[in-house]
Amino acid sequence: MSEPPGREMSGYGGYGRGAPQSRRSEPANLADILERVLDKGIVIAGDIQVNLLDIELLTIKLRLVIVSVDKAKEMGINWWENDPTLSTGHRDMVEENRRLRERVADLEAGTEEYPEEVEEEYYEEDRRE
Amino acid sequence: MSDTESPGFGIYVYGITRDLPGEALKDVKGVSGAPVLLMEQDGLIALGSRVSLSEFGEAALRENLEDIEWLESTARAHHAVVDAALERAATVPLGLVTVYRNEERVRKALRERREEFVGALDRITGRTEWGVKVYADVKRPESASAPAGKEAPSRPGTSYLQRRLVQRNTAEEERRKVLAVAEYIHCQLCDLAVATRLHRPQDPQLSGEQGWMLLNAAYLVDDARVEEFHDAVAHLTRLHPDVRVRLTGPWAPYSFAAEEEPEEEEAWTGP
Repeated sequence: MSEPPGREMSGYGGYGRGAPQSRRSEPANLADILERVLDKGIVIAGDIQVNLLDIELLTIKLRLVIVSVDKAKEMGINWWENDPTLSTGHRDMVEENRRLRERVADLEAGTEEYPEEVEEEYYEEDRRE
Repeated sequence: MSDTESPGFGIYVYGITRDLPGEALKDVKGVSGAPVLLMEQDGLIALGSRVSLSEFGEAALRENLEDIEWLESTARAHHAVVDAALERAATVPLGLVTVYRNEERVRKALRERREEFVGALDRITGRTEWGVKVYADVKRPESASAPAGKEAPSRPGTSYLQRRLVQRNTAEEERRKVLAVAEYIHCQLCDLAVATRLHRPQDPQLSGEQGWMLLNAAYLVDDARVEEFHDAVAHLTRLHPDVRVRLTGPWAPYSFAAEEEPEEEEAWTGP
């Protein structure tokens, strides 16, 4: 809170060239960890399907993002909106992928007829790109 | 490996690496305190551990992920395993709660997505991720205190409005200034990084920071330039006492692991 600027910088002098991983700057805080493990990393579908987007809407958006985003916008900070991984387009794509995965699973299980609109949506995507 | 295939259990996968000696993580504990398993397939190694489906099954996860304490301990365990591996070899982190039914399913994923994993490992080998956040204690417009002794008693209304205007302009000016500083810092650091990502600002409740978060960025830095990067952060910190700069890392390259990343780089790697 009222820490002098640069306090965290003390102790950085000892980094060896070839071993940047050998020392940690400070224990990572929860916000830093969550924004990485939830939002980043390679996202692959395991056998257990859990939609982190739903979770994000509840826990994360409420606790991690919404307050700050509104305040940040008030201040004119909005550059994360230009990051494609954070913008709506990417979210739509992730959501779309999730929906398609579910449909594929349903198809493989033989519980659903092939829905024609999926194919059409895909062609639309292609045209836009 | 029949003990990893018992009903009611699954394999949680933390990340993918290669060139990691079998014994390297024998003292590291994963989620639920379980020992870390190294599952090798054609030179790629998945780092995993056995989890109970009563905790990591679909229904349980939906509930548990809403529990901030459960989420915290799981996220920290996930991070700790990835981190321990990172100390020994380049490691591509997976997203939280990637769970497979058994070891064979993990190996299948390694075979099927080999190209993606190898590509990601190649991209991040010899590089680490560093986080830089910039804060400022900028006064909010509504909390700016009234300058005393400038009253014009005959026209209190006008005087009040003028005072408010001055307050607002000052706060506005101050905010513009620190935003420009944050942007400058970002531009300087971009030059030292091979790629950068901007994260959303964090909630003070989680970060424990009370100031305004002006910048929350991740930089992928070549090992050979880490020292230079640190020096630059220290220099910029000294140069701009009106903002607070916090450096975190080294992180496993969470922000740079996904495949579609390269095309985004142009916009943010600066001039």
